[in-house]
Amino acid sequence: MSSGKFDISIAIGGAAGQGIATPGNILARMFIRRGLHFNAYNAFQSIIRGGHIFLTIRASDQKIYNHGDKLDLLVCLNQDTMNRHLGLMGPGTRVIFNSDTIEPGEAGEGAQCCPLPIKELTDNNRNKLVQNTVALGALTYLLGTNFEVLGDMLTLQFQRKGQDVVDENLGVGRAGFDYAAAHFEAFPEPIPTGPKPLAVWTGNEALAMGGAAAGVKFYCAYPMSPSTGVLHWMANNARELGIMVRQVEDEIGVANMAIGAAHVGCRSMCATSGGGFALMTEAIGMAGMMETPVVFINVQRAGPSTGVPTKTEQGDLWQILGASQGDFERFIVAPQNALDAFNTLPELFNLADKFQCPGIVISDLLISEGTFSVDPDDLDMQPDIDRGEVITEPNTEVSDIPSASQERNGHDPGLIGAPSNGYMRYKHTESGISPRALPGLPGYVHVVASDEQDEDGVLISDEFTNPHKRRKMVEKRARKFKNALAQIAPPLLEGPEDAEVTLIGWGSTYGVIKEAIEQLKQKGISANHLPIKWIVPLHVEAVTDIVSRAGRTIIVENNYSGQFFRYLRSETGLAIDGHIRKYDGEPFMPHHIVDGVMEQLDGKTDLYVPIQEIMV
Amino acid sequence: MSVETTAPDVTEEVVPLKAKDFKGKVDPDWCVGCGDFGVLSCLQKACVELGYRPHEMLIISGIGCSSNFPGFFNAYGMHTLHGRALAVATGAQMANHELNVIVTGGDGDGYGIGGNHFTHTTRRNVDLTYIVMDNQIYGLTTGQISPTSREDMKTKSTPFGSVEAPVNPITAAIMNGATFVARGFSGDAKHLTQLLQQGIQHKGFSLIDIFSPCVTFNKDNDYPFFKQRVKKLEDEGHDTTDWKDACEKAMVWGDTIYTGLFFQKDGIPSLDQREPVLDEGGPLAHRSLGINQNQAQKIIKRMM
Repeated sequence: MSSGKFDISIAIGGAAGQGIATPGNILARMFIRRGLHFNAYNAFQSIIRGGHIFLTIRASDQKIYNHGDKLDLLVCLNQDTMNRHLGLMGPGTRVIFNSDTIEPGEAGEGAQCCPLPIKELTDNNRNKLVQNTVALGALTYLLGTNFEVLGDMLTLQFQRKGQDVVDENLGVGRAGFDYAAAHFEAFPEPIPTGPKPLAVWTGNEALAMGGAAAGVKFYCAYPMSPSTGVLHWMANNARELGIMVRQVEDEIGVANMAIGAAHVGCRSMCATSGGGFALMTEAIGMAGMMETPVVFINVQRAGPSTGVPTKTEQGDLWQILGASQGDFERFIVAPQNALDAFNTLPELFNLADKFQCPGIVISDLLISEGTFSVDPDDLDMQPDIDRGEVITEPNTEVSDIPSASQERNGHDPGLIGAPSNGYMRYKHTESGISPRALPGLPGYVHVVASDEQDEDGVLISDEFTNPHKRRKMVEKRARKFKNALAQIAPPLLEGPEDAEVTLIGWGSTYGVIKEAIEQLKQKGISANHLPIKWIVPLHVEAVTDIVSRAGRTIIVENNYSGQFFRYLRSETGLAIDGHIRKYDGEPFMPHHIVDGVMEQLDGKTDLYVPIQEIMV
Repeated sequence: MSVETTAPDVTEEVVPLKAKDFKGKVDPDWCVGCGDFGVLSCLQKACVELGYRPHEMLIISGIGCSSNFPGFFNAYGMHTLHGRALAVATGAQMANHELNVIVTGGDGDGYGIGGNHFTHTTRRNVDLTYIVMDNQIYGLTTGQISPTSREDMKTKSTPFGSVEAPVNPITAAIMNGATFVARGFSGDAKHLTQLLQQGIQHKGFSLIDIFSPCVTFNKDNDYPFFKQRVKKLEDEGHDTTDWKDACEKAMVWGDTIYTGLFFQKDGIPSLDQREPVLDEGGPLAHRSLGINQNQAQKIIKRMM
């Protein structure tokens, strides 16, 4: 634990199927109910049983933005965990394990081994999962709090399974607590209590909730890690909130279905990961051509191809930038954390509606599958909703019916065909935004197409390809986006203006860079942070202004080839001094960035790739 | 924000429409003699008979000659991506289940590139009418085999004859749980109009596969080919509730090829009827957006 503030990291390691999720949930609830902030990162693999799972839970009385650098308490549910991680445990740490089944290795100096004779403590209970509750009991003692805090959580967690299960867990939990009290030394600083209880969510839940708050009425998806949590939240809440949720046959169907729902007037959303996003891309272009507001979320995993489904990366940027053929208008935004994701969705929907185009959210496994505390008072559940120029009243001036319309306007009723003097879906307005009438409304009958079309919806793609009309349509769609940049916040420099180092990041690296800057400060190095959230449109002038006044610039990103660096250079022409990149599937820890900055300041390299110490 | 569709102009409601009122802004660009002309005029007639108004209808297509259909028809329309019309239509129908959704396209669009959506839209019993103008060829790409092309057929992509067996859309649809499966012939307008009307009125997914000859690229399956062979099931006393007999008749392909209603199953709820979110409150697209205080509190409580 660091000095000054309470800051503890607890890790639970074992194999899939050993029940790591349950103690993880119990600890999370324990912390948030005490008003402690926490950040949990689960390193896992794409299997249901076996492998190695390593859940890191960091808790603090201050806001925390990542899962931290170090481990204070390790709970080993199997030998593998012990073998892999004991060596990482330094002075002042504790290691809890089942001494019936696990052999401790050579503990580092000052690390306290806490063996638990599980069989004895549980009266030879054959349910292997009870060892987790015994460990939680011991852990509760080590945290310096009383057993009732855990008891309440165990009751809450197991009450659905009946009183017998609750009693069994309370019994073995108490046994673990008492055994620890008799044999082990608690942490010197007991776990504090924050000013008010907090709430808990995952990034995927934040994305789903943001969509619901924005007024999503149609959500569809094909299950794909690490995006599936959005589908699960939507499915669980669909009936209560009146949201239609559909699981579709493939992501091609997902994207097209979402567009169909959006076209007739629903706020419509879907989420996937890179492979599914690849299947969606043709439809994204259609939303651009048809000017349909719809939101697509890509939760990045490590690629390419199937890649590493349970690992994180920021490797889909160019895929997203290049999603679908041709030039078309769309927003691309990379939220910085779960709360930011929640707040971004309503904003993005308003922009998509206003500018009548698709919006794409870039998340990643780190944000989406991470579990975080959130202050309920920070949740704006009823954000402003602006649907832009939507026509909602029937047209009394012009009829959809040719004979009626033409008689009324004095035309020869013999000249049949739908009225051309009526509503024009893609009218050439000064702003480029053409008022959008929803199907079902009398007086606005029109056809939209994935083909290029004229103002009135008549195709100019096949029989009469008119270059002048085509140019006007391309320019109309482009024109509407000229005002888009002014509607989104420019990136702001965080930290001292005259810092020696400027760290540039995008999306999920926000939290880890923020903490790295604090650590650099302690080392006497002044650094500031330029986090870039809106990728398209990009505030080129603001970024150029900041970067051209900066000291040494270093871009931090979770991929091999510097995707964001290459994008930034292509848009701004800016030279960047150095790079910190990681592409092993695991997210950055703050010290990785600190080390990278130090090496670059020492002139050792301009590309630093940290080594992942925790082998998961 | 809510989008209300109030009652339309009363004077329009009382005027009975004519087929030409369903004529689109442009004339079809199909080849002279194309079977799709017959389908277009039959659908226009069917809509007149059903008393539909253009604004109540949404016609959705994919890509191909026959998928140009929405532009030639006076109704709300979406001319979407190749093979994706059924997926778009499902979204649209779920978002506003009061619209009369009709999907039009060809055999390549629906049974080839869109085959996955065909299977799943069928089993979901989405309340829409799927009109497939089946010409057993890829026309817009100037003549290659399609999923319904017969074995040995010579096309630009199979100059020595196709070695693949064709798909049977009728039996496929029945096996996938379709609740209305018919086959029409664009050369028999009266019969086709009747089938279209029935299909549109059917609550649930209805497939109407229509022999719609491509006079330019398919010299094997032209008008005379079908004229000599088609036999109406209605004249055979076919029992439309018997799926096994329906499949057997659908497999007949020789001197006799059956047209008409093969199979119909009433009383199966369509997807919108099964979906509890649509039980009350009208079309999703017209509902007010966002979360109310009570819902918000419940969500946050569960997070704590």
